[in-house]
Amino acid sequence: MTTVYYFGTCLVDLFYPTAGMAGIRLLERQGCRVIYPQAQSCCGQPPFNSGFRDEAAAVAAQQLALFSDHHDLVVPSGSCAGMIKHHWPELLKGTEHEAAALELAERTYELGEYLIDRLDTVLEDKGQPTTVVVHTSCSARREMGVAEQGKALLGQLANVTVEVPAYETECCGFGGTFSVKQPEISAAMAEDKTTHLAAAGADRFVCGDSGCLMNLSGTLEKRGIQLDSSHLYDFIWERVQ
Amino acid sequence: MNQAVKPNFTNAAKTALNNPTLRSNFRSAMDSLRERRAAQFPDALELEGARDLASAIRNRALHNLGQNLVELERNLIANGIQVHWAETPLQANQIILDICQRHDAKHVIKGKSMVSEECHLNDFLAEHDIEALESDLGEYIVQIDGETPSHIIMPAIHKNKKEIAELFAEKIPGVEYTEDVDTLTAIARKVLRHKFETAAVGISGVNFAVAETGTLCLVENEGNGRMTTTAPPVHIAITGIEKVVPKLSDVAPLYSVLTRSATGQHATTYFNLISSPRRPGEQDGPNEVHLVLLDNGRSKIYNDEQMRETLKCIRCGACMNHCPVYTRIGGHAYGTVYPGPIGQILNPQQYGIDKQGEMLSACSLNGACGESCPVRIPIPSLISELRYEATRNDHQGSVYGQGALRKLHEAILWGSWRWIHGHPLAYKAMGRVATRLRKLVPNAAMGPWTRTRVKPALAPKTLHEMIKDDNR
Repeated sequence: MTTVYYFGTCLVDLFYPTAGMAGIRLLERQGCRVIYPQAQSCCGQPPFNSGFRDEAAAVAAQQLALFSDHHDLVVPSGSCAGMIKHHWPELLKGTEHEAAALELAERTYELGEYLIDRLDTVLEDKGQPTTVVVHTSCSARREMGVAEQGKALLGQLANVTVEVPAYETECCGFGGTFSVKQPEISAAMAEDKTTHLAAAGADRFVCGDSGCLMNLSGTLEKRGIQLDSSHLYDFIWERVQ
Repeated sequence: MNQAVKPNFTNAAKTALNNPTLRSNFRSAMDSLRERRAAQFPDALELEGARDLASAIRNRALHNLGQNLVELERNLIANGIQVHWAETPLQANQIILDICQRHDAKHVIKGKSMVSEECHLNDFLAEHDIEALESDLGEYIVQIDGETPSHIIMPAIHKNKKEIAELFAEKIPGVEYTEDVDTLTAIARKVLRHKFETAAVGISGVNFAVAETGTLCLVENEGNGRMTTTAPPVHIAITGIEKVVPKLSDVAPLYSVLTRSATGQHATTYFNLISSPRRPGEQDGPNEVHLVLLDNGRSKIYNDEQMRETLKCIRCGACMNHCPVYTRIGGHAYGTVYPGPIGQILNPQQYGIDKQGEMLSACSLNGACGESCPVRIPIPSLISELRYEATRNDHQGSVYGQGALRKLHEAILWGSWRWIHGHPLAYKAMGRVATRLRKLVPNAAMGPWTRTRVKPALAPKTLHEMIKDDNR
């Protein structure tokens, strides 16, 4: 039996915990034993992206110790996985934690990536025919290079037709603290993205990164666009029940 | 010189966002440039290989920058090209003014040069009664409208055909309104042709300066670069010190990624190799050729090994073409000589974070610029690094204006964040309280977020609790 660590992420913790549970169940379904250290909190992207590296580094260093056994670390978010994999080593460079951060980076995976590439997951769709439009986060796409795995999981669902919006690879305007520091620019990007999502004519919008999902579902609703939103892993788990 | 004026970026961005014509001009122009670039790189492996090679060439060129510059100067002088060094824009302007005055120039013709924009050369010459006319069509358009370039390779990309037609009818004597592109081009051509014939000095930029042969390379499409550098009796080229490459064989791979990344062209219409003034017996070419090598903060950037990557830039503009922020606000909103992602890392380092750092926040770190950069400049990482420089208060950084954007309320916010996230019990208690009181969270607590979005719904229970309840 494979044992894996699970880093739930703070947004999943507070806003999408059922998606976090769905991720754990999908891993368990593939025969994994999942360890969720209760002392975990946030990967540190908000202060890191705002320039407050010392604060991010302190919290990263503290959490490194939670994942010190050599199990793979699985994260239900491309951006948080990218933070741990690429930026923790950068933040902790030249400190006593550098080697541990580099070692952890080697075994850090985004959930969809792990399910497809490491566990050869095969899903059986038990739901009614439906169409979804999917947005993949820029971190999953560019930083982690795992843009296809989420879509591959959806592609296994026989009754689900997957659409991608126009300008598929363009940012949705979230960008963490960017959305608060430059709200007008962020809103313009989110408005364009939601227009393209709506134009895809799907029954539901799904996204595997909580930040983008929160940005886009909130914009869709504010604009009065009738398109239900789901976290990718909530959606997948619901389909295989 | 307006480099000391702090632009109010946020207001300029808002104005741009509320201008539907500008929005649509940039959206359609950037779409077309992205498509054209993509069409030039149908094979992903070839693309990545070409980027690897170009990046390696630029790294090597910078690694031996001092030596390459010495060799460049030696070979330029041997070829009869006069070399001038300028630490500041003012020095560069003075050097150019002296040459112009020596030749009694009343007007000069210019090819496209972003380094001359850094110097605000046209304004400086005008103050000394020398008229500088831009000969690149886009530069000509922004010049007659009293504007600056909104893009580093397509200066008038913010204007559509109708706007240019109106501008020509208004500003050029005897011109009637027409939206016919060929007619508009012919009008500009006629104005410029006369100036080429009568200008005492031609001023151009440089794309690559080759150390081993003492050659200046100029990439262009309109032939105005060739006219500028050959028709007037004196040619002055101006460039940044980072543009030197050691070998002539370095040029072809860089040229190839430059034109494909910039305009989606396999090759440009003109590629000029300038090796000397007119030699005895030659039919044309200037009698004098000068090169002005400008530092303007580049040495300082060079001294920081990480930030040095900024200097690899070959000025193709692909980063701005692919930037979702630039695509929406355009180039002028940045208020800086270099707009878009490359400007976001270059300007603050040249002029200081305190003076030109405001737009560092205008990036979602989506990575599209880094992905499209033909020389693999890690632009998102450098923006992130500069945000650190902008807020750190330990006086250890190497960038001008360090700590200038550190705000007390943010420092307090992230200090509190650190405390809560460093104390697992406090974090869990916060999650528990927040989720239980979720219905009481006011919209105002979300700040600007909820102006355009519905407030996100906190879950009834955190993941921490769900897992605990599940006995894991």
